[in-house]
Amino acid sequence: MGSSSTETKMMRLNVEIWRQAGPSDGGGFESYKVEASPDMSFLEMLDVLNEKLMADGREGIAFDHDCREGICGMCSLVINGQPHGPENETTTCQLHMRNYKDGDSITIEPFRATAFPIVKDLVIDRSAFDRILQAGGYISVNTGAAPDAHAVQVPKVQADLAMDAAACIGCGACVAACPNAAAMLFTAAKVSQLALLPQGQAERSSRAIAMVDQMDKEGFGACTNHYECMAACPKGITVENIARMNRDHLRASFTSRD
Amino acid sequence: MSPATLDSKVPTGVPLADAWTRHKFDLPLVNPSNRRKFTVLVVGTGLAGSSAAASLAEMGYNVKAFCIQDSPRRAHSIAAQGGINAAKNYKSDGDSVHRLFYDTVKGGDYRAREHNVHRLAEASVSIIDQCVAQGVPFAREYGGLLDNRSFGGAQVSRTFYARGQTGQQLLLGAYGALNRQISAGRVEMKTRCEMVDVVNVDGVARGIITRDLQTGEFERHAGDAVLLCTGGYGNVFYLSTNAKACNVTAAWRAHKRGAYFANPCYTQIHPTCIPVSGHYQSKLTLMSESLRNDGRVWVPKTQGDTRSPEQIPDADRDYYLERRYPSFGNLVPRDVASRNAKAVCDDGKGVGSTGLAVFLDFRDAIQRDGRDTIAAKYGNLFQMYERITGEDPYSVPMRIFPAVHYTMGGLWVDYNLQSNLPGLFVLGEANFSDHGANRLGASALMQGLADGYFVVPATITSHLAGASMQAVSTSDDAFAEAEAASRDRFQKLLSVRGSRSVDQFHRELGQICWDKCGMARNQAGLTSALSEIRALREAYWQDVNVLGDGASLNQNLEHAGRVADFMEFAELMVGDALHREESCGGHFREEYQTEEGEAQRNDEAFTYAAAWEHKGDGQSHELHKESLTFDNVKLTTRSYK
Repeated sequence: MGSSSTETKMMRLNVEIWRQAGPSDGGGFESYKVEASPDMSFLEMLDVLNEKLMADGREGIAFDHDCREGICGMCSLVINGQPHGPENETTTCQLHMRNYKDGDSITIEPFRATAFPIVKDLVIDRSAFDRILQAGGYISVNTGAAPDAHAVQVPKVQADLAMDAAACIGCGACVAACPNAAAMLFTAAKVSQLALLPQGQAERSSRAIAMVDQMDKEGFGACTNHYECMAACPKGITVENIARMNRDHLRASFTSRD
Repeated sequence: MSPATLDSKVPTGVPLADAWTRHKFDLPLVNPSNRRKFTVLVVGTGLAGSSAAASLAEMGYNVKAFCIQDSPRRAHSIAAQGGINAAKNYKSDGDSVHRLFYDTVKGGDYRAREHNVHRLAEASVSIIDQCVAQGVPFAREYGGLLDNRSFGGAQVSRTFYARGQTGQQLLLGAYGALNRQISAGRVEMKTRCEMVDVVNVDGVARGIITRDLQTGEFERHAGDAVLLCTGGYGNVFYLSTNAKACNVTAAWRAHKRGAYFANPCYTQIHPTCIPVSGHYQSKLTLMSESLRNDGRVWVPKTQGDTRSPEQIPDADRDYYLERRYPSFGNLVPRDVASRNAKAVCDDGKGVGSTGLAVFLDFRDAIQRDGRDTIAAKYGNLFQMYERITGEDPYSVPMRIFPAVHYTMGGLWVDYNLQSNLPGLFVLGEANFSDHGANRLGASALMQGLADGYFVVPATITSHLAGASMQAVSTSDDAFAEAEAASRDRFQKLLSVRGSRSVDQFHRELGQICWDKCGMARNQAGLTSALSEIRALREAYWQDVNVLGDGASLNQNLEHAGRVADFMEFAELMVGDALHREESCGGHFREEYQTEEGEAQRNDEAFTYAAAWEHKGDGQSHELHKESLTFDNVKLTTRSYK
């Protein structure tokens, strides 16, 4: 790619990237040099690097991404030790290269957790999250069986808290940031959302038990209150949700009829 | 082929308002204990796919669902911001099913099928009920009732929303319903799995071929019906607001197996997106059109005015939308706003380093209402803009430019959402049915969920109940042939080892489509685009460079397969634009405009849906027409002066 006069601010970066051919491969870091413009997104910097690698006959670096506007939850990456990089409440796809300067070194790794096996390079398998939600992260209502939407009022405060929790994009940064690789923030966000709404009450107890059981089964660690999850969350999900889930789980353990 | 094959199957002899109810009564039923004998293959898990898969499984059908992402929750429906329309009339401001129907037909510039649109308006009401019951946290008022906002120029408040993340919340609701059925063992879910062909047995769609994106394995799946819920084709333009993986492959493969593709030239260009910043640009980001409520759009009056915007006095600014459309001003519909931005940039008055942008200025709104009021309304959007551009929109006007956002065209379907290929149903953005030549804001979510929750679960019996279906086996010759053809295609891509990357080809294709089949089109441009696309496609198969192998995760190979299909599809899109010698909605032919430069329809010659039949590689497509009749609305010219 040629450079035009508008790209005079190009910076040269040294990047160390985790390469791993497949799930059973050992893997290791490889070093690359790449030129980036400050207006590029972080993933566009990787695009440019991949184009360069492929032009040299080398396979590009595999990384997950899709919407590139911070909502699908597909992108990940631990950047210089931080899931989704240095910017507060920002996914990797929304991170821009103006956060870096000429000559910087950047280390890029996959999200690491036993429950998130590596598929290839920076791509991981997060299907454990799907299975946690399959265990009970829904309200059982068949299509067409719903009452009128105004049949039940929901106080605005409750609705807003439910929306705060529902904003989770399922990216897994909370797990990657946690020293125990716990999935408490992810699980709690869904348990909380549904527990805060009147529609979610019927299955409130069974849901909390089933989802926490599944979370443990998947091999995620336990919560020891580091709050790194909250710091890493690109959607600002708070640990209050974990407290809410713990209360529900405790109460359900004593009162559940299952 | 006779035009008789294009039977829309709309109920006749029944008033429009009763047609859907009557049609449901007339459809055959499959009794509950027989439903488990049928397997339905659902491709794609966005709003349409997730809701259809969940609803059919709840009814007792066996469902297999497929998505290309690592989880069904990541489908691109998740990125929809604004809201979802429903004729609830909770605001008591005169809304009704008929008014939503009327607005949608008019907004579509009279190129949609009346019966489908009316059914959509009817279903809108039940969608909101369903989503609330699922725990979708819609915005509420202090009294605890649902809040609404106005959207897209409608004169009533009928848009339900969940902050700026309505699509996400609706999709997570449908994904929850899908998860419940996966957990119950009624849906078998395949992720990171791409449909690469449809399999017809005796002229009926009976299965699909998939490629596992992690292992590269090809698999055969047999079923009694195939539902394509695979979204739109906006990424044919390379740069769009679509997610990177959005593609036309499933629809195009079905098309090559016999399904007609309708109105591919109807594409929606959204006026308020963040402009391109450099050659590395990988996608474009939409800024909600609600910004035009307070922002004023302008460019400098003279070409080459390089002063910074705040240095340019009002006398030297051209607020061109306010000037040209005094009654609607900055709030003209999407297609009109986009075309005008293009016109001023073509005139050399565009701003920014590329000259392909116009200002959206909040200076006056901030002076009038105060910074806090503007921040409360648009704070998150301003923050997103600053994150991407590094500029503060409170002190410097935003720079915006139109970008491809949605595609109204898609596979042709009848009133049952069944394509002309029996057994193949098409839902959501992937079909052509409800938006005509232009989609109104907050209508895409409504259509995806209407199709999945309420339409297909009722109409699928038209196919399943009637026919005495033979059992098919995946060892059938048709499966073997389709699998072999798919293997060959991917092998061929891997064996070229040329000198140019898939991305380079995709960008080049996108540039041709954007320049010649974008916001404004003309005969000369379209004709030249046809030959440019053909030449590029030929070069692609000679010179594309796809590294790695087909036996493990290979994102470059995935992309290569999709671009190969875009290369073929683009030609049909351009051909359709060339054949439609009128301007309507998102399709603006420069030859057909009023003296004031507005779109000029030709109702006499073009009040039809153009459904194209694939006749074989290298052959011309055959056109089939479905005449559109308007018995319930009067065709008028849209005016926003």
